[in-house]
Amino acid sequence: MNGYLVLAVGAITAIGVYLVTSRVLSRIVLGFALLGHAVVLGLITAGGRAGDAPLADRLDGARPADPLPQALSLTAIVISFGLTLFLLALARRQHQLSGDDLVEDDIEDRRIARLDDGDEAAHDTGTGAT
Amino acid sequence: MSALVGLVVTLPLLSAVVALGVRQRSTLRDIVTIGTLAAGSAMSIALLVHVEANGTVVVRSGGWSPELGITLVADMFAVLVLAVAMVTITLVEVFSVGQRRSSVGADPTVVGPMLLILTAGVALSILTGDLFTLFVAFELMLVASYVLLTHQGRAGQVRSGMTYVVINLFASTLFLFGVAFVYASTGTVNFALLAERVPELATELRWGIGLWFLVVFGTKAAMFPLFSWLPDSYPTAPTTITAVFAGLLTKIGVYVMIRFHTLLGMDDLGPVILVISGLTMIIGVLGALAQDDMKRILAFHIVSQIGYMLLGLGLFTVAGVAGAIVFVVHQIPVKTVLFLIAAMVETDRGSSALSKLGGLISQRPWLAAGFALPALSLAGLPPFSGFVAKLALVDAAVASSSTVIVVVALVGSVLTLLSMVKIWSGVFWGPATEDPLPEPKGWPLMGRAAGVGTVLTLAIAVVAGPLWDASERAATELLEGDPYVSQVLDEVADEPTEPAGPAAPTEPAEGGDADG
Repeated sequence: MNGYLVLAVGAITAIGVYLVTSRVLSRIVLGFALLGHAVVLGLITAGGRAGDAPLADRLDGARPADPLPQALSLTAIVISFGLTLFLLALARRQHQLSGDDLVEDDIEDRRIARLDDGDEAAHDTGTGAT
Repeated sequence: MSALVGLVVTLPLLSAVVALGVRQRSTLRDIVTIGTLAAGSAMSIALLVHVEANGTVVVRSGGWSPELGITLVADMFAVLVLAVAMVTITLVEVFSVGQRRSSVGADPTVVGPMLLILTAGVALSILTGDLFTLFVAFELMLVASYVLLTHQGRAGQVRSGMTYVVINLFASTLFLFGVAFVYASTGTVNFALLAERVPELATELRWGIGLWFLVVFGTKAAMFPLFSWLPDSYPTAPTTITAVFAGLLTKIGVYVMIRFHTLLGMDDLGPVILVISGLTMIIGVLGALAQDDMKRILAFHIVSQIGYMLLGLGLFTVAGVAGAIVFVVHQIPVKTVLFLIAAMVETDRGSSALSKLGGLISQRPWLAAGFALPALSLAGLPPFSGFVAKLALVDAAVASSSTVIVVVALVGSVLTLLSMVKIWSGVFWGPATEDPLPEPKGWPLMGRAAGVGTVLTLAIAVVAGPLWDASERAATELLEGDPYVSQVLDEVADEPTEPAGPAAPTEPAEGGDADG
């Protein structure tokens, strides 16, 4: 069972990384949401075999699952939820400012592009791919 | 004393809530903010004195055993960095209160509360005894920094803020994956337990964990080749904010890297870290030389100086790590003061571009002096603190016969001096470009805060002897590992808690052979 979980983590991570490398911030948000899920699955996988609910008053039965990764996962989920909201707020602000939500090149990139290709190319890369 | 360790983290968090509540009442808010930070500084200095005399303080929140609960560890390394960091943040907050009066500063309703949250994150990152709490502390610190960087919502800030947030989020994701790997292979996230279990792992696994976290912490610390987010994002923040970021955030990255890689016995990675450190030094400083804006030059210097800290770590000797610790302690105030001076120049002239400035020395001689002293210290000239730190590092490198890195470090220093001269001649030297202006409002307060910071950098050179002794002790504690491990795990042996309990990771995944 663990093997399938690991494969799932790998697949979700791959999709997440692909989305994060996009220039469109809304895709990046989706990418991070997926990466967050992948990490949580990873943490759970790290906890070993699945078992009964690790509740203090129901331990007579036997093999409780390791609760520590579950606690870590909960914390990670809360944090990634908050950060997703912050990214969305950034995307909205960028939309207000420029009408899109593209991540733009940094100053150095633009300067180099200008040195290299002259004015036209600098103009294009400056505003990101269109 | 153990109460203080917890309070240093929780007090800023609680005060942040209070400060947010009273954010519209400027006097009350400033009193809460500065009062908390001053109290935090006093507490961390008290801790420094205490730990210096009595050794490491270990706090278990809620009385949980280190396997399950959150442990805070105030060892020599932690309290040294904590004290300097706290004092520096306090100075920046005082400075920003002064700058606000000239109405160019950042939004005060945001800065005060967010600085407090950042402080809590910094303190927790420094004091934490386990990997996952470190992740939470990083997030605390970074979320505050995201808000501080982008809260004015200007186009440039949103642009660079996106890069900054996305890269840091990605690094945090990698961090969590790393936590999962570590947990799967050792069954714990506690540093002390890891220090026992990681050296027993297979070599490939240790290399994997070591390199993985080198990338994670290296992104936060802006080492080569993971630094490209820094020179773009830092200068777009309000300059006072940049001062905090420059002084603290990357240094915390280096701090945890030193703690993680020494405690877990990652000596094998030494050569890799040394190569990275050399490249970081040179590429950072070359980037600085190409800039024409005071803030951007200083931002590239952050990267370059990270290289020196990595140099000390990469040697994995007591002298090397001690040198790195002295360097971190010296960098925090120096870098902050330089950015505060840049903020004053900007407040005064409305720009930090070298081409638009000049001749400030005749109109603002004290400002010029306030820049020159930390700048010379940054370049590593005697008798300043930078000289002490670099001498210690070079000495350690020579002792481990790593001559190449010594040459690289010295070349980097010369280039650093060159770019400081570039700022000096562009901003302060030469004929004045403008007529003398009246002093901006709040100027005396800003001047005093920056002045105290400058004095702090000088004081580090004065107390170089005791500082070196303390750093050497901290480095010994880190590299030997045993005292740290036994202090953290000590009480477990005393009280016969059931070692496993329902919760203990009895089966840490299939590959967890070390733990059994």
